[in-house]
Amino acid sequence: MLDLALFLSLLTIGYFAGRVTEHRHYKSILLREKASLRLPTVTSNMLPEVDQIAKSFLVTGSCVISIDYFKRILAGLRNIMGGRMTAYETLIDRARREAILRMKYEALGSHIIVNTRVETASIFSSTSQNGIGSVEVFAYGTAIKLKKTL
Amino acid sequence: MNESAILLTNIDSVPGKTIVEHFGLVQGATIRAKHIGTDTLASLKNIIGGELKGYTKLLQESREEATSRMIEQARQLGANAIINVRFATSSVAKGAAELFAYGTAVRIE
Repeated sequence: MLDLALFLSLLTIGYFAGRVTEHRHYKSILLREKASLRLPTVTSNMLPEVDQIAKSFLVTGSCVISIDYFKRILAGLRNIMGGRMTAYETLIDRARREAILRMKYEALGSHIIVNTRVETASIFSSTSQNGIGSVEVFAYGTAIKLKKTL
Repeated sequence: MNESAILLTNIDSVPGKTIVEHFGLVQGATIRAKHIGTDTLASLKNIIGGELKGYTKLLQESREEATSRMIEQARQLGANAIINVRFATSSVAKGAAELFAYGTAVRIE
């Protein structure tokens, strides 16, 4: 009985707190993405004219995000029936966008980031038994600063 | 040659510079385990979801450590830049992660 009560309260906390954090996070992501729109981030390694380049350097950004309790249970249920796991989709989407934003912030002052790579790794917690729950996203690329502004 | 500044890029060249010498692969790795305090906090955070700042910081520091080891190796070879830098992560044991950085050491002018 106590177990059930604990489970239900964790579920409720997870549901509401998770919703609030996710909503807040998306809001801040959208805001910052809009602000950093002027810095193009591309995956190709096509370079601008060589004689225009003043400086180039490696930039990185990373983020570890955890899923909430409610969504973890939801994903567990989804595992039985199969199909799209929206719970995990938003988790990974948030982590990726956050990591890319952090990389962009490191590149402040430069004009383009080329050869952007994004890597994802799942983090295992040594205390909880049910493996996946948080992901680490690591983004890196080469920031290029031009001699004169475009 | 400025010893302190080793240039890193993850593209095939250093834009605006010419490569005069190749030194081959350089690498740096580190294996880190989490602090029990961070881990406990993280498992609490697992309930409500959101960013695990302790882990982000830990992994960032580990990656810096791996990168600095790679840079050290390049410096010993007499290189002044590392091109084509790649990062890899693998979990070797429960609660521990290996961060690995590798690239090609070159001398540029």
